[in-house]
Amino acid sequence: MLRDDYIAIKNTSKHFGSVKAVDDITFDIAEAEFFSLLGASGCGKTTLLRMLAGFEQPTLGNIYIDGQPQAGVPPHQRPVNMVFQNYAIFPHLNVHKNIAYGMRKSGLTKAEVDREVDEMLELIKLPGYGNRGAHQLSGGQRQRIALARALIKRPKVLLLDEPLGALDKKLREQMQLELRALQRDVGITFVFVTHDQEEAMTMSDRIAVMSMGKVLQIDSPTSLYEVPKVKEVADFIGTINFFDGSIKGKEGDATVLDVEGLGTVRSTSSGANAPTAGTTTVAIRPEKFNLTFQQPNVEANMVEGSIQAAAYLGDRSHYYIQVPGRDAPIAVAAQNAQRTMEAIDADKHDKVWLTWDEDSALLLNN
Amino acid sequence: MTDTTEDTPKKKKAMSMTAEAAAADERGSQDAGFVQSKHAGHHWSGEAPMFIYAVWYLAFLYIPVMFLPLFSFNDSIYVAFPLKGFTLQWYGDMVDNPALLRALENSVKVGFGVAMASTFLGMFAAKAMTRYYMPGKGPITSFIMLPLVIPGIVLGIALLVISNTMGMSLSLWTIAAAHTLIGVPFAMLVMVSRLEGFDRNLEEASLDLGEGVVQTFLRITLPLAWPGILASVLLTFTISFDEFILAFFLAGNEVTLPIYIWSQLRFPNRLPMVLSLGACVLVFSFFIVTFSEVMRRRGVGPQGGAAI
Repeated sequence: MLRDDYIAIKNTSKHFGSVKAVDDITFDIAEAEFFSLLGASGCGKTTLLRMLAGFEQPTLGNIYIDGQPQAGVPPHQRPVNMVFQNYAIFPHLNVHKNIAYGMRKSGLTKAEVDREVDEMLELIKLPGYGNRGAHQLSGGQRQRIALARALIKRPKVLLLDEPLGALDKKLREQMQLELRALQRDVGITFVFVTHDQEEAMTMSDRIAVMSMGKVLQIDSPTSLYEVPKVKEVADFIGTINFFDGSIKGKEGDATVLDVEGLGTVRSTSSGANAPTAGTTTVAIRPEKFNLTFQQPNVEANMVEGSIQAAAYLGDRSHYYIQVPGRDAPIAVAAQNAQRTMEAIDADKHDKVWLTWDEDSALLLNN
Repeated sequence: MTDTTEDTPKKKKAMSMTAEAAAADERGSQDAGFVQSKHAGHHWSGEAPMFIYAVWYLAFLYIPVMFLPLFSFNDSIYVAFPLKGFTLQWYGDMVDNPALLRALENSVKVGFGVAMASTFLGMFAAKAMTRYYMPGKGPITSFIMLPLVIPGIVLGIALLVISNTMGMSLSLWTIAAAHTLIGVPFAMLVMVSRLEGFDRNLEEASLDLGEGVVQTFLRITLPLAWPGILASVLLTFTISFDEFILAFFLAGNEVTLPIYIWSQLRFPNRLPMVLSLGACVLVFSFFIVTFSEVMRRRGVGPQGGAAI
């Protein structure tokens, strides 16, 4: 039976002088979960990770790992290991000695350690690299060795501090999938820090979105994207259009609003603390719009506009649609599913129409 | 053809700059950390005037010093031109002189002790400065560096007064203590540049992998800081070995080499022997300082090659 509160962070704060790097955070991470801390730099995600590793002590609150309180436990006595942002490969040791570094107190004989190191090299797909010097390695290889060096310790939790940040895009995408597969294989809880939302979404079971030392929302990648609870999360994950609206009333499940630039909007979805009367923010993702060149036959959730700019990206196109009553253009993304030249010649059209579903217009706090 | 003619002055320039760096250290440069930046080879415009300047500079610096070895081989007790002939007599006198050998032994003993003590203290001061947050770091650092800017004669008198007040009899120990005082800032500067050159994440990674503070120091910090430690040992040894003023104030019955040399200057017939001794010290110091500079500049980056 896997624990739901394998890592329990309880009312934890970290203050540096007057700065609250982490501000009263409480949440649990489940056993064998791939959990990401996502946020812009300075949001407190790295500080939180360093508190899990033991490099920082919480100013307030406590952290439990597998039921054990970690207050006052130094880094070398914690059941966690870390992959550092720059990998921190020991430059004076070869690959084998780097991986075997933490095994001194393991109680294994040298032959047993050697065998485990070889197994690790197999796991990270670098067999036979044991005698390489640290300076003979590429970025991707260093990253794998940092991973092996931590995993050989069989930690309860593996902490990863933006480990893919230094790699180029292709390699990074490949490593994302490999890391995810590896995590499923070894069944260790991964806590992954990143500022790259795509990276977090690709790999994670759940993501905590952080800002200003607070956790804004913890959810699966799908929920974060489709039903963000607050405006900051909607804004941080992907692209989204925000509109000011005022609530007119309810018709069945749907809230009816008057929205700047969009006219009458019917919405059936709303985030946390979204108002039920008065003014609100309506959020619609670019790909939720349906773009047509003929006037559609619908009553609500439709607007007429003109193309201000268009970018053809092959698989999809991005449009910026100017509508009356709104200064900023609306971002719209359309899949180029048919091999029609319409998309390419879109700017020939004077008038376009946007439509969207009732549940695509999300009401949020403003 | 053009290539070679262009190449020669550049090479000479590079050589002279290294020599200049060494010279700066020879004189007991105020800041060992600043010397290294000069040697990087960059494009040189207006090469000829700079080259002439460099030659003049070096001539001014070294020609007087070169008289020492020159006259130490001269077959005359008078230090004057014209040269009379070649002799090794003065070197022979030197090694046959028990008082001199005694002074040399004292200097080596003091220098070795000072090198160990200064490097040990300097290393931990540097670790504290580069790794830990502590209140009052700035003032503490200035305080450690203070002996570098206090005139030697003031420091010497002050230490003499303190020794007398505390009832300490003057000996090699008092000299060693004084030399350690001026050795620590040098050791600290060398070690700071070394420790700043390598990623503190390496030490954190070691802690994270289950090694405690002491093991981390032994397995990570020490091996990576090793060239810096060696550089610091050699540099502080040389500083102590060459130091005169503090030793002069604080010497008891046992004297160090510089004081012995100074005492011999009163006897004109011993001057050539002193010159040969000076020549030996010069060559010895030159090699030690050069070697310590080489060690200090050894790369510490992850690629192993980047100079600090």
